[in-house]
Amino acid sequence: MIRAVRPKAELLSRALIEKIVDEAFLLLGRHGVFVENAEARRLFREAGMPTDETSFKVLINRRLIEESLEATPLTVTLYDLTGTKEYIVGHDEVHFDPGSAAVRLLDHETQDARLPLTADLVRLARLTEHCANLHFQSTALIASDVPKIIADSYRLFIGLQYCSKPVVTGLFRTGGFRPMAEMLAAVRGGAEELRRKPLAVFDACPSPPLKWSDLTAQSLIDCARAGIPSQLISMGLTGATSPVTLAGTLVQHVAENLAGLVICQMARRGARVIFGGSPAAFDMRKGTTPMGAIETMMIDMAYAQIGKYLKLPTHAYMGLSDAKVNDSQAGLETGMGAVLAALAGINVVSGAGMLDFESTQSLEKLLIDDEICGMAYRLVGGIAQRDEPLALRLFESLGPDGQFLSLPHTRRWYKAEYALTSLADREPYDAWAGQGRTSMAERAHGRLERLLAAPAPLLVEPGLQRELRRIMESDAEANGAGALPGEAG
Amino acid sequence: MESRERLLAAMTEAIVAGDKTAAETLAGQALSAGLDPHEVIEKGYIPGIRKVGELWESGEYFLPELIGSAECMKAALAVLKPALGAARAKELSRGKVVIGTIEGDIHDIGKNLVAAMLSANGFDVLDLGADVKPARFIEAAREAEADFICLSALLTTTMLNQRRVIEGLKERGLRERFKVLVGGAPVTRKWAEDIGADGYGENALAAVKLAVELGPKGRFR
Repeated sequence: MIRAVRPKAELLSRALIEKIVDEAFLLLGRHGVFVENAEARRLFREAGMPTDETSFKVLINRRLIEESLEATPLTVTLYDLTGTKEYIVGHDEVHFDPGSAAVRLLDHETQDARLPLTADLVRLARLTEHCANLHFQSTALIASDVPKIIADSYRLFIGLQYCSKPVVTGLFRTGGFRPMAEMLAAVRGGAEELRRKPLAVFDACPSPPLKWSDLTAQSLIDCARAGIPSQLISMGLTGATSPVTLAGTLVQHVAENLAGLVICQMARRGARVIFGGSPAAFDMRKGTTPMGAIETMMIDMAYAQIGKYLKLPTHAYMGLSDAKVNDSQAGLETGMGAVLAALAGINVVSGAGMLDFESTQSLEKLLIDDEICGMAYRLVGGIAQRDEPLALRLFESLGPDGQFLSLPHTRRWYKAEYALTSLADREPYDAWAGQGRTSMAERAHGRLERLLAAPAPLLVEPGLQRELRRIMESDAEANGAGALPGEAG
Repeated sequence: MESRERLLAAMTEAIVAGDKTAAETLAGQALSAGLDPHEVIEKGYIPGIRKVGELWESGEYFLPELIGSAECMKAALAVLKPALGAARAKELSRGKVVIGTIEGDIHDIGKNLVAAMLSANGFDVLDLGADVKPARFIEAAREAEADFICLSALLTTTMLNQRRVIEGLKERGLRERFKVLVGGAPVTRKWAEDIGADGYGENALAAVKLAVELGPKGRFR
């Protein structure tokens, strides 16, 4: 049998990759990086790097970067809540997850973006559980009914109870690490078990150009020591906080991520690191950060290609849109992004559900995007030889009516060959009109209501649930945050 | 006479073209030639920045041109203002602005754009940078005898701190002394109203228009 070719898209020539990486090395060695975190600077100093305690500037030489790259695992394996289902993050594996940390939610009834509540966070986690093509969950909404001091840990607290998938998350404060790591360890039954079977990835974003803040560098260090993978999210804005040329921005992107990777490896050799990002082609008219611009996607695909060249797992914010509602633009940008990310073989693709420059989540869009991701998976599945001969024998058994529908062969293969859809409209015109002339978003809302009408399954046994609540409440108490809001919607 | 006209036209052109070296050099030449700095600003440079605004409005200019020309204007004014004398400089100014990105927020692209456009349009701008504590805004505004306090925020979480500046002003009995303008990606007109700000600008040019409307009327126009 002839196996399917995995379709792939690559933007950079080998020569250009080498040039970008070389300039990134030179940039770190000559210009250096601003490191606000004292412990990270101490690690650099101990590694023999010139470190200025006044300007916080650190120069990183080629040898240290190369050693750090060598120490970084080629793949990261994440495990679901039960610790039984594993997901390889690396090679050309693709895992989609909801775009994270939205500060607003598109309300389907009013079609207006409003502040999200805990009940919305619960609904989002429950829907993510249902989305077959979203392999991971993310702490995708910032609930406005909890004090902001505990907003980071609270998202994880909810996510772990209502969705069993591995979590893409991150910190808003240095103090958030301990309760979050405790919750993850509680799920696994101990810190060592968590190290063996990671359940979550923590995003850490350098500030462009070439700065690692106190919080983000500390996150890298804490995660490395706890065995939690860090996802490096460089996010230059072309022509605003990074060079305007795509190749120039890639130099900065690679340099920022490599500086973060070195911090991880200095904190603990062998730390798991994912080479990610959220750059944007800065809009020179509006001063905004379009994630749906084709140039943004080109930068994403290119740095991911460089990540693969450096033998690292990769991540990008793709498959999302800057539209404010679920309109044509939302579908266009999300569809392009998801397909391109899959073709580029990006390992973690964050974006589902997201609108408005990574600021607004839509539960309806989450379901629509799940279908888009399904199509992207089908695409990279390619075309394989299913049987021998391919078709010749079928024509011998074909009846005089010349139809294939009744052939056992059709029944045998149609599900494997086609991604089934439920939200895309494939009705004849009159049937569509007869069913109320609905838009895709309206159909998604109908599906959402059906899915959420059932009671939430109990994913976490009561003892563990109490333990998670204890950790969350003690975090709230330590920060003077008071009682937690109810979770019922 | 003719060379004076040519000089003024070249100044306008330098601003429109975003040629910082030319803008600075021409300002120096005007002073050496004994021209009145006030007239040079009004007839040489201001027509340039006004033209830039028009080109922006018509969609021909984008942010790189806008910010580039604003920087040229700033450079030329830096040469000419000392020669004006304090009294005339004050007379020319459209008002004094204290600006910064609010505490907890290190993003400053938006704030830099607004600061550049305000100073290019005749405001005296004191830029406090990013991650600025509410109390620092108030102290700086008081010391500088500012007309405006401009607060920027990119994050929804830090936006909340904009309210603290207004509350701090009220506590100190200074609320009426300053106009407080707010802006930034998550900021809306409704938010500005909720926290009792004096105005909200959705982009840098809107901020300039707002400040011109609300400010003490300088002769810079």
